[in-house]
Amino acid sequence: MSSDAIAIQTAEATGQPWVQTLHEWVTTVDHKRLGVLYILYALFFLVIAGLEAIIIRIQLMRPHNDFVSPQVFNRMFTMHGTTMIFFVVIPVLFGFANYLVPLMIGARDMAFPRLNAFSFWLTALGGFLLYFSFVGGSGLYGAGNAPDVGWWAYAPLTSRAFSPGHSSDYWTVALLVSGFGSIGTAINIIATIISMRCPGMTLSRMPLFAWLNLIMAGMVILAISPLTAAQVMLSVDRYLGGHFFDTQAGGSATLWMHFFWIFGHPEVYVLVIPAFAFASEIIPVFSRKPIFGYPVMVGATACIGFLSLSVWAHHMFTMGMNSYANSFFAITTFAVGIPTGIKIFNWLGTMWGGRIQFKTPMLFCIAFLFQFLIAGLTGIMLGTAPFNWQLSGSYFVVAHFHYVIVGGILFALFAAFYYWYPKITGRMFNETLGKLHFWLFFIGFHLTFDLMHIPGLLGMPRRIYTYEPGRGWETLNLLVTIGAFVQGIATLVFVANLAISYFKGAKAGNDPWDGWTLEWSVSSPPPTYNFASVPTVASRRPLWDLKHPEDPDSRYE
Amino acid sequence: MSTMSAPLDESRGVWSLPYRGKVGMASLIFAESAIFTIFVVAYLFYMGKSLTGPTPREVLETPIFYTVCLLSSSLTVHFAARFLHLGRRGAFLSLWMVTIALGGTFLYGTTQEWHRLIYEHGLTISTNLFGTTYYSLVGLHASHVVAGLVMLSSVLLFGLAGRVGREQSARVEVLSLYWHFVDAVWVVVFTVVYVLGR
Repeated sequence: MSSDAIAIQTAEATGQPWVQTLHEWVTTVDHKRLGVLYILYALFFLVIAGLEAIIIRIQLMRPHNDFVSPQVFNRMFTMHGTTMIFFVVIPVLFGFANYLVPLMIGARDMAFPRLNAFSFWLTALGGFLLYFSFVGGSGLYGAGNAPDVGWWAYAPLTSRAFSPGHSSDYWTVALLVSGFGSIGTAINIIATIISMRCPGMTLSRMPLFAWLNLIMAGMVILAISPLTAAQVMLSVDRYLGGHFFDTQAGGSATLWMHFFWIFGHPEVYVLVIPAFAFASEIIPVFSRKPIFGYPVMVGATACIGFLSLSVWAHHMFTMGMNSYANSFFAITTFAVGIPTGIKIFNWLGTMWGGRIQFKTPMLFCIAFLFQFLIAGLTGIMLGTAPFNWQLSGSYFVVAHFHYVIVGGILFALFAAFYYWYPKITGRMFNETLGKLHFWLFFIGFHLTFDLMHIPGLLGMPRRIYTYEPGRGWETLNLLVTIGAFVQGIATLVFVANLAISYFKGAKAGNDPWDGWTLEWSVSSPPPTYNFASVPTVASRRPLWDLKHPEDPDSRYE
Repeated sequence: MSTMSAPLDESRGVWSLPYRGKVGMASLIFAESAIFTIFVVAYLFYMGKSLTGPTPREVLETPIFYTVCLLSSSLTVHFAARFLHLGRRGAFLSLWMVTIALGGTFLYGTTQEWHRLIYEHGLTISTNLFGTTYYSLVGLHASHVVAGLVMLSSVLLFGLAGRVGREQSARVEVLSLYWHFVDAVWVVVFTVVYVLGR
């Protein structure tokens, strides 16, 4: 008996007044609805931060361009970075974790549903505060506007003297508030995975998605908390006249850099580990093989999480540390390459000999694999201290981390969107539009970010508002900007596909991909209560056992 | 979903997982520890780097009595939770009240110390690096004591209304974990501020 036979129609389907629907969504504590809210919220900010990126690229399209003023340019790159990290990628990953973790481990909901709602609304408030700075940031001085101190907000730029008005305070408070939200969600994910698994779901049988999100949540707790502490210190400096980062009174600007990057580098892994989680679920299903090396995948991820806590100062080679510190942080940075390489080989091992189906989610996953590899290689180049002295603060660095975040994380995210879209909406997306999105985005991505390495190598610094002609940067910058527009158009295709398919797509059914994890056993979209009766599992692929009772996995594991 | 009950034996036995409240509180304690670590690192980093006075050696006095109060409240909260688990509500309530009194005494000690530093020695958060780091670190801890006292007091109010019984003992234990954490942090803060810092 499949559970859709007893699915109860939720009230939203029938014609109830929109106020009541709105009220239900605002007051919801259901993990699936909160997951959708997180995802929609992130998509909204993706469009805004994407427009900011387009503004940056138009300004840099040709030398001596004056599309925006230097002040606006500073605000644009600050807001683009801050928004993309804190209000796009983190919420969208939390959205997927919220939606999928309870379904995958056979639970009714998250461990603390009300904390879950509270965390989401804190994050939402944080994003609102950040953007309210455009109107409210001028304060009593009539100076300021949106934050313009860069996303890492180095001291003394954030001191009262250099950042009058309240724009930096909006930045601080927005990150503080959304940070509390993130910590709340991380606590919730950990407690859910540890305490809410269905019978038989031992840790060694959990889907890799749950495992990797557990590690991600642990890292959020260890990484976001230092940022929270540093933001409190910054507020003490700005409002109570403290001297933490005030060099005039013996304070240290370097300490802020350490505190920021103790957060900042693990944060990269907080973002990329869920991307690994998506790939680890999608690649096996479209290769028609179980994941290769499950225990090694878990171990390698834990190893990445551990190592990533000791690499932060590779962002600070140019600030003048002693040679022991430089060597230590260079070596730990290289060491991260080992478990990451293990993971890439395991994904390739999963695909090897499989009957690969090149559906849209799989295309994005394959591109993710190779692009993330290249991003990792430029990362090792930048982790080499002498090389870093040459290129730190150049467009090479910008190209490197966009290769990680766009080429790695965003591609895996697109794969996740297409893979779970039928489950979340109950409709299939349009495969043609999906493929069009993939190829357009793929071309745009490589046009932008492959070429962006070169002006960096030629010496173009990041965060400059404009540049002189005749340095060999013009053509490259023009092509980079064209690539950004291609990516923008591809994203419009993506959003259009999501919107059109929601109304016009074919019915998906419970299990369109012939998947193996528990979320595919319930109807699409899943009923409010998730599982009519608590499932019991005996292997890592419970649906395989169900579909092939003559040859269940449980016989071999 | 009944077909999901694939052939397996072990799940027929006991399937018990850790209590989610405990796991959640443990995670929160890890997060809070990370926050405190950053403040402690800042305190240690700026030790002796103030450009002007007053210095810790001149103005700080070791709060032995109040420290004993706070640390012994860990014992009382532990036994209070134990008594509730055994169903002895009277003993639970009285030890719970002693815990709140001890925590309150500690907080009074902090206010006295701050009053003395501000009015006698003119040390505020903006005086020098010592003031900035001292008030931030001790204040962060004191704010956790306040949060703990608010939660302890609300349990006391429910308890006096007769609403806290044996079935709440798991939750009360989770709260006592938080209180133990507040006490343990004080050991670190005490060592850093009053032992190493002088």
